[in-house]
Amino acid sequence: MADQATFSDSAMGFMPSLYSAALRMTHNPADAEDLVQETYLKAYRAYGSFQEGTNLKAWLYKILTNTFINAYRSKKRRPEQTEIEDVEDLYLYRRLGGLEGATAGRSAEDEVLDLFTEGDIKDAIEALPEQFRLAVLLADVEGFSYKEIANILDIPIGTVMSRLHRGRRALQKTLYEFGRIRGLVGDRDG
Amino acid sequence: MADVDETVEDDTAGCREAVERLYFFLDGELTVERRAVIQHHLEACSDCIEAYEFEAELRLAISRGCREPVPESLRARVAQALASESFPPADGHHRA
Repeated sequence: MADQATFSDSAMGFMPSLYSAALRMTHNPADAEDLVQETYLKAYRAYGSFQEGTNLKAWLYKILTNTFINAYRSKKRRPEQTEIEDVEDLYLYRRLGGLEGATAGRSAEDEVLDLFTEGDIKDAIEALPEQFRLAVLLADVEGFSYKEIANILDIPIGTVMSRLHRGRRALQKTLYEFGRIRGLVGDRDG
Repeated sequence: MADVDETVEDDTAGCREAVERLYFFLDGELTVERRAVIQHHLEACSDCIEAYEFEAELRLAISRGCREPVPESLRARVAQALASESFPPADGHHRA
């Protein structure tokens, strides 16, 4: 059983990643700040039930995610979108292959990844429907394992894998669209 | 993705498996044996290794792109909120 007196020392260091995730979840700083504060308060009150030696970051994320789902999702008017257009594996890579050798000494991939700004990446993540967005955030940004994500989101591991797989491909399609709209990458179908 | 030669069938199967398992590989979710099979294929297949490197690089870009600095005001708010939980007002109206 964890001692509340040690909570701040153990938990405050996770605030940058919790806040970053909260921003991608809520889409705005004011709600993200409220969400993080609420998460810390709930975690503090429940800290006695936290098993010391287990993954504190995952435990905090579970509280963050539950708080978000319960408090912020209900604000939405429209029902949550659960279907996304599916695209093939290596969607982005295969479309960007045409730039190969664009600049000597640099790989086409480096060139292309430089095309996407941090803003593009944030926008593309935020464009994902919530259930896919949460899975991608937890895996690609926070590096949680499938098992940890299953626990955090309270869904089976198979569901984690399918949401991740589809979410990542949808993200690639969105990034490609951003590049195409700005004329940074050419039109390549198929 | 492999060049056409007499081993094309094996290579194609190897490439297909590598692409199918790409995310599991990058996520560190493969068994040691399965990982070794993919690793072995990647060492011999420049097309697949390029695709893997692209996906790994993209993931890094996603992770970096999502990092945000915490506003000082938020740190202060949270510290304040936790402090009032630890040392509640003496009127007994705090939440237990």
